[in-house]
Amino acid sequence: MATDSLPAVTSDRPAEPVVQRRAFSWAWLGIVPFLLFALAFLIAPAYFLFVGSLQDLQGNWTLENYRNLSQPIVVNAYRNSLQVSLATALGGTILGFLMAYGVTVGRARRARSGLLSFSGVASNFAGVPLAFAFIATLGRIGLVTTFLKTIGLDIYGQGFSLYSFLGLSLTYMYFQFPLMILIIVPAIEGLRPEWREAAENLGASNRHYWRHIAFPVLLPSLLGAMILLFANAFGAQATAFALTGGTINLVTILIGAQIRGDVLRDPGLGYALAVGMIIIMSIAITAYTLLQRRSERWLKR
Amino acid sequence: MKRGSIWSWVWVAIGVIYFALPLIATFEFSLKAERGRYSLAAYRTVLSDPQFLRTFTFSVEIAILTIVFSLLLIVPTVYWVHLKLPNLRPLMEFVAFLPFVLPAVVLVFGLIRIYSRPPLALTNYAWSTNLLLIAAYMGLALPYMYRSVDTGMRAVDIRTLTEAAQSLGAGWPTIIGRVIFPNLRTALLSGTFLTFAIVIGEYTIASFLARPMFGPYLASLVRNKAYEPAALSIISFAITWIIMAAVQWVTQRTPGAGQVATGPR
Repeated sequence: MATDSLPAVTSDRPAEPVVQRRAFSWAWLGIVPFLLFALAFLIAPAYFLFVGSLQDLQGNWTLENYRNLSQPIVVNAYRNSLQVSLATALGGTILGFLMAYGVTVGRARRARSGLLSFSGVASNFAGVPLAFAFIATLGRIGLVTTFLKTIGLDIYGQGFSLYSFLGLSLTYMYFQFPLMILIIVPAIEGLRPEWREAAENLGASNRHYWRHIAFPVLLPSLLGAMILLFANAFGAQATAFALTGGTINLVTILIGAQIRGDVLRDPGLGYALAVGMIIIMSIAITAYTLLQRRSERWLKR
Repeated sequence: MKRGSIWSWVWVAIGVIYFALPLIATFEFSLKAERGRYSLAAYRTVLSDPQFLRTFTFSVEIAILTIVFSLLLIVPTVYWVHLKLPNLRPLMEFVAFLPFVLPAVVLVFGLIRIYSRPPLALTNYAWSTNLLLIAAYMGLALPYMYRSVDTGMRAVDIRTLTEAAQSLGAGWPTIIGRVIFPNLRTALLSGTFLTFAIVIGEYTIASFLARPMFGPYLASLVRNKAYEPAALSIISFAITWIIMAAVQWVTQRTPGAGQVATGPR
């Protein structure tokens, strides 16, 4: 920068600034392979979907594809995906938190390490094998279905179906609440015993302590984890596809059908659908990151 | 210790039932291949199916290649950033966590849009499609691999170690082989196992790129057979269990290095 205005300085000490600048540019080169990889296989795919969503069949710029998102099949897919994700995120948060509470500060502390290792396995047991496990459990001839029939409860006769909203939610719960346990157990264990002692010395009951201290401190972690569960369900495709064979209308299933054979009869609309998904996931992950940072104010890990 | 109540056990019991019932049902189902008695016939059929062996071997090969390329890409990069470009860590983290906003089905959609037409028609040949598949899996595994390696390097303060080795006169081979690598073993192993878990049963990307992976094979069995997919689901569960046990085993001596949940499927 200063070389033009102060030539005298450069002639006095010629080597130093040059060396410094070159060292700086060499260091940059070290991360080029990584950035090229990200550019080619993460950023470019998202970018080209975005560009495609802004073009019509002739390649002219248009916003028509986003207007077409109001088609019933698309609105329906988004509604179903949001419902399943919200329901299982909420259910997973509540069940996961109660169990995490039980094994950390509750009576069931002996079950802690067992529960944690099962959660590690179950939260990773998703996709096709999970779908089949639920077919064997709650499908038409599943173990639980047959058992309930022998004691006089015909759940399929009552309108239950594994291949519906409820069935899919029950299946997703298998990896949702274990994920919650994995996230929230360290947070609960981050609550310092001094806080409880201080509260008790000031006359607080167990309920007061949870209501005014522990819960507010845990709230960002809980909300963040819930959002992560939401994103986890929202992005899932394999489990739903293997379970229902594609008959349930979710955004991920619809995108899959669009890749296979342009079911929307409009490539641009398919791209807009995918971009909508990226936007929702970005909002969720950003919110998660912010809440995570907020929770670290008290619960330093 | 009067806190909590019998409810703690009730919630844990609900969780245990939720966890165990599908496994029991699947296992029981997998034993019923022969009419009227329990047998391991379904397991025998599946394990001797050449299609199973072929897809499983292929998946293992792809998983190993994904792991090797990921390590080659990520370890030197993270090392370099810790050593020379610590200011760029937030940027690197941002890039490494990009896969979180790209669900597998969206990622493969974008990859197909770019790489199935000229000038970069990778999907025209099996070998180049395999490369695309590996690249996609490197993407899916990136956040987990990156976080493992980054946490590992932060935990042992890799910069000080390097400078100490240098000032004692060590050359680069000694620094990498005898100082850096032994200190990163835990991080590298946990990243490796998690990547293996992601790739081995992956369905979405494999099926859209039409590669003969284990995931699509299992899905085709679910559609066409009854007892064999039950046996394979039990086997998949056992594999997941073994991998997670391995992750736990390598990370137990390093608190904070454990991260066990992978993304949406």
